[in-house]
Amino acid sequence: MNPSLLAGLVGAALVGLGLYGLIAHPHPLRKLLAFNLVGSGVFLVFGVVARRGAAAGYAFDPVPQAMVITGIVVAFAASALAVALILRLAVAGGDVSLDPQASGRRDDGEAE
Amino acid sequence: MSVLPLLDIGLALLVVAVAAWTIAARNLFASVLGYVAYGLLLALVWVRLHAPDIALTEAAVGGGVTGVLLVTAGKRLDALKATRSGAGPGLRERIVAGALSALVAGALAFVVASLPTPAPSLAPQAAAAAAGPGAGLGNPITAVLISYRAFDTMLEKIVLLLAVLGIWSVGADDAWGSAPAPLRRARPDGAMVLLARILAPIGALIGVHIFWVGADAPGGAFQGGALLAAMWMVAMMARLLEAPRIGSRALRLALISGPAVFLTVGLAGNILAGSFFAFPPGFAKPLILFIEAFMVLSVAVALPMMVAGPPDGESKP
Amino acid sequence: MIAQPATTPGGFLLVLAVLLPAAGTLFSFALGSRAAEKIALGLTPVGFFLACLVAMKVAAAGAPIAYAIGGLPPPLGIALRADGVSAVMMVTASIIVAAAAFYARAKFATPDGVEESRGALTFWIMIQAIWAALNLIFVGGDLFNLYVALELLTFAAVPLVCIDGRPETLAAALRYLLFALFGSVSYLLGVALLYGLYGTLDISLLAQRVGAAPMVWTAAALMTAGLLAKTALFPLHLWLPPAHANAPAAASAVLSGLVVKGSFFLALRLWFYVLPALPTAAPGAVLGALGALAVIFGSVLALRQARLKLLVAYSTVAQIGYLFFVFPLAAGAHVWSPLGWSGGVMQILAHAFAKAAMFLAAGLVAEALGHDRIAGFRGAARALPLTFLTLGLGGLSLMGLPPTGGFEAKWLMLRAAAASGQWIWSLPILGGGLLAGGYVYRILAPALADGEAAIQARPERSREAIALGLAVIALALAFAPQGFFDFLEIGRPFASGSAP
Repeated sequence: MNPSLLAGLVGAALVGLGLYGLIAHPHPLRKLLAFNLVGSGVFLVFGVVARRGAAAGYAFDPVPQAMVITGIVVAFAASALAVALILRLAVAGGDVSLDPQASGRRDDGEAE
Repeated sequence: MSVLPLLDIGLALLVVAVAAWTIAARNLFASVLGYVAYGLLLALVWVRLHAPDIALTEAAVGGGVTGVLLVTAGKRLDALKATRSGAGPGLRERIVAGALSALVAGALAFVVASLPTPAPSLAPQAAAAAAGPGAGLGNPITAVLISYRAFDTMLEKIVLLLAVLGIWSVGADDAWGSAPAPLRRARPDGAMVLLARILAPIGALIGVHIFWVGADAPGGAFQGGALLAAMWMVAMMARLLEAPRIGSRALRLALISGPAVFLTVGLAGNILAGSFFAFPPGFAKPLILFIEAFMVLSVAVALPMMVAGPPDGESKP
Repeated sequence: MIAQPATTPGGFLLVLAVLLPAAGTLFSFALGSRAAEKIALGLTPVGFFLACLVAMKVAAAGAPIAYAIGGLPPPLGIALRADGVSAVMMVTASIIVAAAAFYARAKFATPDGVEESRGALTFWIMIQAIWAALNLIFVGGDLFNLYVALELLTFAAVPLVCIDGRPETLAAALRYLLFALFGSVSYLLGVALLYGLYGTLDISLLAQRVGAAPMVWTAAALMTAGLLAKTALFPLHLWLPPAHANAPAAASAVLSGLVVKGSFFLALRLWFYVLPALPTAAPGAVLGALGALAVIFGSVLALRQARLKLLVAYSTVAQIGYLFFVFPLAAGAHVWSPLGWSGGVMQILAHAFAKAAMFLAAGLVAEALGHDRIAGFRGAARALPLTFLTLGLGGLSLMGLPPTGGFEAKWLMLRAAAASGQWIWSLPILGGGLLAGGYVYRILAPALADGEAAIQARPERSREAIALGLAVIALALAFAPQGFFDFLEIGRPFASGSAP
């Protein structure tokens, strides 16, 4: 098995694991970790595409690799924003549940 | 069978096992630690995919900066007793979720295995263009990031800026303008301070080096900036440096300098080189390094500010 | 497809339309919230002017205008392209952003005596960033560049939801962020597969290369699922009502009127511009069916809401459903396809203006009464006639009664459904109109009833006029001339004049 196919299978497994965690874990920080697994699985698929694009004496196709670097930056920014929201929510409400019904019922009709 | 394929398979299994641990761990903090280890292992996978630029990024961001972010978040949630939330889905939902996830993973594995051969590639064009008069760079990834896909890179730096502001905006109104809470409340011990005093300057030098060689070798603005950011965070954790006030003009200018310089040079390209984001032949490499220098600054400042979180109010003057 | 030059005359306007608000965010961040307000307000007429110039260039050329950034054409470089529908969307976005910005001055002015305020800096920067992201979505020609635009949109939209910091707004923002991130990553996976298959992400190059292979279907499904999560199409709508109902009114207007249309616009681009080679019957039926369910569920849930802003937000869930009838009704190169296309675009515009007007009006009601419980509206229409007139006119367009843009959209869709023999889609179109009548009646009936509403603060006339102005535009769309619909055909694949 060549390394790029192997990495592709790892990527697929990471997407699957992350998706499960995203659905099964109620805590938002756990959801965030799971989301990051999905994200890195997707980046690996990009990496496989880049490695397969090795042609004419080049070890990789730089275009998808550049996209992964951009993607990693954005994914980190997303994690940081989510962490800030989770922490603020924990301070403000003590309840970090994301159940839409629960928070929908709390709306009491007060003006914005 | 040589050793290398076995090592590859071992690494692959290890990555998947650690990822499974972060999902399966019962305890939030154990899961966070699993994720940090996972980020470092992933960097090795990127090395094996002949992607040293991504490996550097993944090690600095995936392992380092994200690690500090998540560990800090785990500790703060622990202090707030908010590491638990309502009951998760029942067994039946878990089975459905598991089946769905397995289906998606299986389909994706099948699709990745059936990618066409020979694979389409822009590698020859990108390499030729990178070495050409419009860029003059030895590292085609840097050429793609700063020249051919300049629009992506510039806008992504604005995304970072929006994330910083978004994080600040969840703070309290009366804390606005003040500095974020320190990364560590406790007084650091002597060993930590000593480590930081030695590590931070060396790491910062390596960061600058990674940026500087990035035009022609693996590395570049983002990787260099991320390493500088990590070193600043080490210094902050040892309480050698404190996070600046978010109202500070110098901080604001440092944060916008990367995208602002990029945007200005891009607009000037219309006059000097006949097209937005084009570089005048002969000046491409110095201009690209000029833009990258400010991007290093922006990244090195933005990442620690994102980890530090919203303004806290306690350090208000 | 006719080969197009990489850069056409006037193409540089597209770069400016994206970079102008982007530069505005940078300046605002450096100079503080007081300057940010001035910059954002000052840019609105310039942006509107630029959007109009783009529309004029497209109309004059009778063909899309394009720009290769850096003078580097695809596949290596990134191209921007504006066709008829892009130009119309840019003009729409500039009008609604401007309306929301001038309306928001009362709430997001930096108070005297402070150097900078949190809410003001956040609002004025994020609204400019949303505008830049939308313009890029409307003109982007590269699927990865469009991913960056989607992320820009998400990072700008989420903080607006929780700008007032109440716990329920934080939960709404976090849920929105997680849905949006899931959407981005799913879209990005599809993009990776398309690059792996064809070695380019340029929309027009892909359109020439894509064939109906199983991998293309996988990529299309992943990208569509991601975009649906961001558009809040049923059953991925759970995040939308709390997010849109809890944001400040000016932000809600932009989020509901424009932001969800951004990801929908990319779904249009994907199916009509990237993948015209795929058979459309099955995906069209699935998307249309989800749209029909969204119309029914969204409307029924809107009927049951006790708060005005939540009702208006659930109505967005329903109205988004109508948009998806465009996939079965504008598919392919049939004689009826232009009808479905015009109907779909008209629904985007009519809902954008009507919903933005209604959210702005709902904000005024909440400020005036101190609450937005519908049960407490008795006599409010007499106290706030202009605002309830706005709600009524916006409601007319949602119901699809003539003469409104909503009527025009549904009439075009019904004609396309009849002409194509797909009469099944006329059922949700007509049924949804009846349900919309029900929830609009629920707002207006108590307000028009006798009673003495306790007005705490009378809203400024100018802000009432802004909301009413948007509602009047939603009405005026009914009088769009044939030339307008011809303009929407410019650049549409399969449109008369361009070979399939």
